[in-house]
Amino acid sequence: MRHTDREYEQELQQLRDAVLLMGARVEQMTSGALSAFERLDLELAKATIALDEEIDRLEMDIDERCVRVLARRQPVASDLRFITTTLKIVTDLERVGDLAVNLCERVLELDAETLKPVRVSLVQMGDVVSDMLHEALDAFIQADAARAERVILRDNVVDATYAKIFPELLGYMIQDTKSVAVAQKLQSIAKYLERMADHATNLGEMVVYMVRGEDKRHANKLGRS
Amino acid sequence: MTAKADVSMSPPLLGVSSSEDEPATRVAGETRATGRTATTKDESIKIRVEELRASYGDAEVLKGITLPIQSHKVTAIIGPSGCGKSTFIRCLNRMHEVTPGARAAGRVLLDGLDINREDVDPVRVRRRVGMVFQKPNPFPTMSIRDNVLAGLRLNGLRIKNPDALVERALRHVALWDEVKDVLSRAGTSLSGGQQQRLCIARTLALEPEVVLMDEPCSALDPVATAHVEELIHELRESYTIVIVTHNMQQAARVADFTAFFYMGLLVEYDLTDVIFTRPKERRTEDYITGRFG
Amino acid sequence: MIGEPAMNGDAGYRRRKITDAIFRWLCGGAVLLALVPLASVLYYVTYRGIGGVDLDFFTSLPKPVGETGGGMGNALSGTLVLVGMACLIGIPIGVLAGVFLAEFPGSRFSTVVRFSADVMSGIPSITVGIFAYAVVVLPMGRFSAIAGSLALAVIMLPTVTRTTEELLRLVPGTLREAALGLGVSKWRATLWIVLRTAAPGIITGVMLAIARVGGESAPLLFTAFNNRFWSQGIDQPIASLPVQIYTYAVSPFEDWHRQAWAAAFVLVALVLLLNVTAKVLVRNPVRGK
Repeated sequence: MRHTDREYEQELQQLRDAVLLMGARVEQMTSGALSAFERLDLELAKATIALDEEIDRLEMDIDERCVRVLARRQPVASDLRFITTTLKIVTDLERVGDLAVNLCERVLELDAETLKPVRVSLVQMGDVVSDMLHEALDAFIQADAARAERVILRDNVVDATYAKIFPELLGYMIQDTKSVAVAQKLQSIAKYLERMADHATNLGEMVVYMVRGEDKRHANKLGRS
Repeated sequence: MTAKADVSMSPPLLGVSSSEDEPATRVAGETRATGRTATTKDESIKIRVEELRASYGDAEVLKGITLPIQSHKVTAIIGPSGCGKSTFIRCLNRMHEVTPGARAAGRVLLDGLDINREDVDPVRVRRRVGMVFQKPNPFPTMSIRDNVLAGLRLNGLRIKNPDALVERALRHVALWDEVKDVLSRAGTSLSGGQQQRLCIARTLALEPEVVLMDEPCSALDPVATAHVEELIHELRESYTIVIVTHNMQQAARVADFTAFFYMGLLVEYDLTDVIFTRPKERRTEDYITGRFG
Repeated sequence: MIGEPAMNGDAGYRRRKITDAIFRWLCGGAVLLALVPLASVLYYVTYRGIGGVDLDFFTSLPKPVGETGGGMGNALSGTLVLVGMACLIGIPIGVLAGVFLAEFPGSRFSTVVRFSADVMSGIPSITVGIFAYAVVVLPMGRFSAIAGSLALAVIMLPTVTRTTEELLRLVPGTLREAALGLGVSKWRATLWIVLRTAAPGIITGVMLAIARVGGESAPLLFTAFNNRFWSQGIDQPIASLPVQIYTYAVSPFEDWHRQAWAAAFVLVALVLLLNVTAKVLVRNPVRGK
């Protein structure tokens, strides 16, 4: 059912659209960064970095819209959870954007095709992360808690992959000191990807809260189910 | 004709505790009370309403309400116009029957004793369960001082130290400093918010156990409303409070527990925090977010 | 805006202003016209009567026929006695009846009582006098103050009843509820709160009823009759101002005419006093500490 106040309904819809747009841009940035890495496409990397400006602007716009709704409408229940979730989600999205920029910057510094196996692993990791992000955003827009929960579970996969890559790179660095520079950059990229996955997981947890009112964050640390 | 202050009713016939009942868990689509997060210890429930039905003539306004009122807590009743919330609160102190043609059935257990029974004197009930009304109604023929003492005097109760009592009652409602020099002025000479606080003082002077408030702030401006809400907050320590309000934000501000009524039925009852952040019933969610259809 | 009218200067506006002024003048003129009888009565009575008002008038008895001088002390005291006793009978019954009608407005009995009261207030006062004659004078065998008071009480009753009822109804129901909410029994609430709130208005109504009744002469003609001496007891005929005025006015004696005017003046003054007192009382609803 729609809100009786049509203006309110419209405000919420516009907010949703803004988040959709920001999500789309962030996805664009991540896939751009990953493609740039895979093909060492420096032009694409530079173009992707330029997108970050719009992300920042969108973040500020959405924050302001949220505050306005809080002030004027005193939202409760599902509306309130939607607003607070949105406020947190845009922070995570903005961070993903920044991480994509960092990734592109590392790509710009890379010049050689060395350490192929690791690069392949990273590309695979990136696909998973990209997919997680996509699923999380879809879950938010469709208020699908089950989908969000699946995203949360996939974080383990990413963490496992990261745990594998790190000693691999360490091995390479010990073997051949000339590869340290490249290995370090790849290590950074792996770190960025892992953190992108974390942000996507945060997104998922927020969506579960928004839909069900259950707070699933910090599950392992606080021992909650 | 004076008698020593006697505000007790006839002793309960049975022991206080009723059968141990698990709180009703919600089944999808059912409209029973959900007291899942509320405590069920009997000592902490001041009033237990069971299958309360009320009607005006042929029109049935309450269709079977079952609800606990927690002791020393504020319970708010919200719902759209005509949902029966005012009728409900008036059943809690037998004021409902004052209206010609009004009838009520079901049990209202005050400390375990059903006040709806034939042999219970409504006048006695009302001394234990006081009421504050929507429109402030101090007695116009009486001064501020006399208004505070009115309840005691009209009941023929002896007042040992009237000045002290007046001061205590007025301090309790944060009105003392404003009126202490003009106690002999007419009760109606005060502003709306002050009048309402005077009415509350008048009710409190009788030392009831429960205070019912029927939309106490709807005739007041925001500042006066804030004063009364703060008062409600403090009163919680000494009294059990039930407040009917059509202002949801007010319920969110003052109440520990909230019950949502719709068309004479209880749709949902829970902690206020839960009702306003993650209500369980669709109808509750729709009402409080403004999706009236 | 559709057909936006100009704000000033059109003929319709001027026409309306003129119509307004005409009606205002008409109403004002009507008021003045209505005041003329009152003003002329007051003026004339004062003019003719004030000369005859002296201490003698208030204290001495009427002199025998033919002699000049004397006063209307007995008539004055007689009026006070008659009205006083009428109040004793009429006010309690009237107020309680009014309370009953206000408490049970819907019952069949109330409808009957209300209707009867309305009819009673329209009965000619001389008819009431005849009624009192038949009911009190005949069985008693003589004229008396009791009979006169009864007649006056009967005239007073409907007014007091209806006034009380109307005023009680005017008291907002919220006050009653407030009292009930304090655990006060129904009857205590009605008497101490509702009645007390309506009291100023009821007192006004009662005073107006007294003012009316004090000037009645017809019902006294064959109940209290008249008495040229101080009253011997309430079971005896008693003098009263209205009857005395009548007696003196139709007499051929100049001196008696003078005294009649004086009596009329005193009567009007009393009525005026009662009305003013009633109004003053209404203005101060909170009495006591």
